[in-house]
Amino acid sequence: MTQPNSGAPTSRDAANWAGPVDRLSAAGVAGGRYDAVSGKRVAGPLQGFGQLWQKTFTVPLDGVALTPQAVIAIWKDRFPTFWPKGQRFYAPLSGIAPGEVALLEISPVPGAPVTLSTGVMVLYADDESFTFMTPEGHTLSAWITFSAERRGEVTVIQAQALERPSDPLDEIAYMLGGNRMNNNFWRQTLENLARHVGVAEPVVDVQIACIDRSRQWRHVRNLRNSASIRSARRSLTAPLRKLTGRG
Amino acid sequence: MTATVIELDQEGPAAILRVEGDVTSASEPDLMAAYSVAVRNGATAVILDFSKLAYMNSGGIGLLVTLLVRAQRGGVRLVAMGLSEHYRQIFTLTRLDEAIEIHDDEPAAVAAASA
Repeated sequence: MTQPNSGAPTSRDAANWAGPVDRLSAAGVAGGRYDAVSGKRVAGPLQGFGQLWQKTFTVPLDGVALTPQAVIAIWKDRFPTFWPKGQRFYAPLSGIAPGEVALLEISPVPGAPVTLSTGVMVLYADDESFTFMTPEGHTLSAWITFSAERRGEVTVIQAQALERPSDPLDEIAYMLGGNRMNNNFWRQTLENLARHVGVAEPVVDVQIACIDRSRQWRHVRNLRNSASIRSARRSLTAPLRKLTGRG
Repeated sequence: MTATVIELDQEGPAAILRVEGDVTSASEPDLMAAYSVAVRNGATAVILDFSKLAYMNSGGIGLLVTLLVRAQRGGVRLVAMGLSEHYRQIFTLTRLDEAIEIHDDEPAAVAAASA
C-alpha cells in the first residue's frame, strides 16, 4: 500500500495516529452534559503558558499473568471506570481510537459547586499504548500516554504526562495545589486499574521533573479559552438557568 | 521494532543528526547523546534529518519536545528536514511545526540553519 503522491511505502505507524484535524468535534460522544470541546483546536505542551512538567506514574502488576496488550485492551475498554470517584469521562461511542474525542467533567475540589467541563482527543493508539491530547481551554496543555510493557517477568503499567498549565490562572492554581491534586488523580487511576486486574496492594512509583521552568508569555491569551473560567461561570449561573428553563 | 540509529554530520555551526529507524521514548539516550556532541563541537543549529525515519509513536514526539526545550534553553536552533507527508501531518497535528522549522531538503535546511 503506498501513500498518494509519493510512491513511498506507508509507515508502520500510519493507522495509529489521528488524522489531520483543524477543529475538534464531540459529536460522537454519548452522555456528556456540556460540550466545551467542539470548535476548539488541540493544544499540546508547546501551546501552554506555565512551566513544563514531565510526570511518570508506574505500577508493576506483580503476580498478574496478563500481557501488555491484554492490559491495554482492558484499560481502553473500561477507561472511565478507573477514574477516581466523582470524576467523569464520557467516552466516544466508537471507543478509544485515533482521532476520537471524549468529554470530561472534573470536580477540582470534591463536593465543591464548580465542575470543570473539558475534553481530550485521542492523538495516538496502538496495542500497547494510547495518548490523549488536550483541547484549547483545558487547564493543562498536555499529552498524556497510557502504556504497558514487559519488564523482565512483570507487566508494568504507566501513565506519563508532558504538561503545562494553559494560562496564568491555571498556573497559579497548579502551584497552589492543582499539581498535587493532578498527581493524586493519576496515582488513584493506576491503583484502580492494578486492583482490577488482581494486584492486591499496588505500589505507584512517581517520577516528576520540571523540564522547562520558563513561562511562555506569548500564550497568555489562552485565558480567552479558559475552561476554568467558563465552567465556574456555568456552575454559578446554573440555578438561574434552571429557573428560566435554559438548562 | 527497528533500533534508532543516529549519525552526526557537522558542517561548521550547523550539525545534522540523521535519524534512521524507529523513534520512540527508548531513543532518548542516543538522540540526546548525539545532540550533546553536536553542541560540544560548537553547533548553534541542529538539523534533524528524518528522511530515513521508519516509525514514530507518541513517545517519539514527546522526545522531540524535550529535545526542543533543551535546544531553546541553550540558544540552539532546531530545524527538521526530510519528513514524509505522513510525518509532516503528525508535526502539524501535534503543532510541533509551530516550534520547529520544516524544510524539504538539505540545502534549504542548511541555508535556514545558517541564516
